[in-house]
Amino acid sequence: MPTYRPGPVSLILAVLVALFLLLPLLAVIPVSLTPSRMLAMPSGELSLRHYRSLYEDPRWIDAILLSIRIGVVSSAISTVLALCFSLGVWMFQPRFTAALVGFVLLPMVVPPVVSAITLYFLLTSISGASSFFGYDTWLGVAMAHSVMTVPFATVLILVSLSQLDRRIDLAARGLGASVWERATRIIMPNIKFGIVTAALLSFVLSWEEIGVTLFITSVNAITLPRLMWMGLRDNIDPAIAALSVILIIITVLVLAVRSVVTRRAAP
Amino acid sequence: MRGTLSDRTGAALLMAPLLLFLILAYAWPFLGVVKWSFTLPTPGLGQYGALATDPLVQSVFVRTLRIALIVTLVSVTAAYAITVVWVRGSPAQRVLAEFCILVPFWISVLTRAFGWVALLSNRGLINTWLQSVGFISEPLTLVRNEFGVIVGMTHFLIPFAVFPLASAMRSLDERVLLAARGLGSSRMRTFWTVFVPMTRSGIIGSAIIVFVFSLGFFVTPAILGGGRSVMIAELIYLRIFQSPDWGLGAAISVVLVLFVGALMALLFRYVKPKQLV
Repeated sequence: MPTYRPGPVSLILAVLVALFLLLPLLAVIPVSLTPSRMLAMPSGELSLRHYRSLYEDPRWIDAILLSIRIGVVSSAISTVLALCFSLGVWMFQPRFTAALVGFVLLPMVVPPVVSAITLYFLLTSISGASSFFGYDTWLGVAMAHSVMTVPFATVLILVSLSQLDRRIDLAARGLGASVWERATRIIMPNIKFGIVTAALLSFVLSWEEIGVTLFITSVNAITLPRLMWMGLRDNIDPAIAALSVILIIITVLVLAVRSVVTRRAAP
Repeated sequence: MRGTLSDRTGAALLMAPLLLFLILAYAWPFLGVVKWSFTLPTPGLGQYGALATDPLVQSVFVRTLRIALIVTLVSVTAAYAITVVWVRGSPAQRVLAEFCILVPFWISVLTRAFGWVALLSNRGLINTWLQSVGFISEPLTLVRNEFGVIVGMTHFLIPFAVFPLASAMRSLDERVLLAARGLGSSRMRTFWTVFVPMTRSGIIGSAIIVFVFSLGFFVTPAILGGGRSVMIAELIYLRIFQSPDWGLGAAISVVLVLFVGALMALLFRYVKPKQLV
C-alpha cells in the first residue's frame, strides 16, 4: 500500500527546526571547555577546570545532594497521594469524578508563577509557627514540589489504569477479595509500570523545578537549579556550562535506554 | 471482615488524602493571595485600580501579549514542520525527529536558556564567529532584549506545541490524502487544502497551549531578557521580592489566573482533552 510521505519542502523545513532545537544544547559544549573564568569561547587551549570545580566546590555538591533529597521525598509524597486518589477514582467511580480530577490537575494548568506566589503565601504563613518547616526550608520545598508534581503523577497513573481490563478486578471481587486485596494484589501489580513512571517523572520535575523554588527559598535551601539561577543572573559562571553538558548527556542516555526498552517491550 | 467497606467510604478514604493535601496546601493559600490583592496595603479595590492606570504595569501587559502572540505563531509553525516528519516520515526520519523533539523537551528550562546565552551573548558563539569572519566589528545585541526572549521561549515551547499536532496528524485518515494525490492534486495543494484543514483541532489546541504557557513564563524571559524586557510573571516576582508591593503582585496574579481560565474554557470548547496528548 502506498503511503503519504512528506515531500522535500517539508523535509528541509523540518531539518531547520531540528537544528534550531539542538543548537543551544550543542553550544554549551565549547563554553564548558573554556579556560577562562568568564563566559567565553575557548581560543586555542581547552580546559576541564569547570568540570573539576563541580566536584571540588562544596556549593555544587551541597546543591546536588539537597536536590536529590527533595526530589526523593516529594516524589514519594506525590506518587503515594496520586496512587491512592487514582485507585479511588478507578475502583469506586464516585460522582463528581470529573470535577475532583479537574481540581487535582489545577497546579499543572495554573500559570507556574501564580502557583509560586500561592506556595510562597503558604510557606511564609507556616514559618511563623515552625522554623524547620516553612519558607526557605528543605521540607517546605519538598512539600511545594509535591503540590506541583502530583497532577502529573495522577495523570500518568489514571492513564495506565484506563488501559486495565476491569474484568480482572470484577473477578477478584466476585471471588471475595477485599478492597485492600484488590488494590494491592490485583490492580497495583498490573499498573506498576505506570506507578514507576509517575515516581520518576515526579523526581525529574522536582529536580529541575525553578519557578516555584525561586519564590520559596532564599539562603538556606539552595537546590541545584537555584544555584544555577544565581550563577546565571550575576556574572555567568562557566561551571554551569559543564553541569549543563553533564545533564544533557544523562538525558540523551536515559532517552536512548528508554527507546531500546520500549522497542523490546512492544516489537 | 470482608465486604463491610461500602463503596462510598472506600472512595472517600482513598481520595481524601490528596484532596485534603491540595485544599490545605494549594486552594487555601490561593484564597490568601486573593485576600492580599484586596487588603494590601489598604483594604479596597486600590490594587485593581492601579492595574488599570499604572503605565508600567500596562506596558508589561502589552509586551507580554505581544511576545506571547509572536511566540505562539512561530512555535506552532515550526512545530508543524517537524511534526509532519515525525508522524508521516520514513522510519529513520521518525526516529531522528523524535530525538530532536524529546531531547530538548526533557532538558531543564535553565540549561536551555543558558544554551541561548552561550550562543547569543556578546562573547557568545554567534558573535565570536561573526567577528572572526570579519562580518561585523562590534558584537550584535542578540540577548538581554525582546529578540532573545522570543528565541528562547520559542525554543522551549516547540515540543509542547508538537504533541497536540502529532495527535491530530495521527488520527487523520491517510486514504483521503492518497485520494487527493491520486486525483491529480499537487503535493502543495494536497497539503494546504486537505492536510492542514484536517489538523485544525490540533492547531487550535497547540496554539492555545503555547499562548497560555507564554503568558505565565518566568525563567526564560528573566534570563534572556536580562531585566530589560520584563513580562507579567517577572513583574509579579519583582513586586513580591524587590519593591515589596505584595498587594499589586497578588492582584496581577488574580488577573492572570482569570485570563488563563477564560482561555482554557475556550480551548475545551474546541478540543476534547483526549486530543491534546
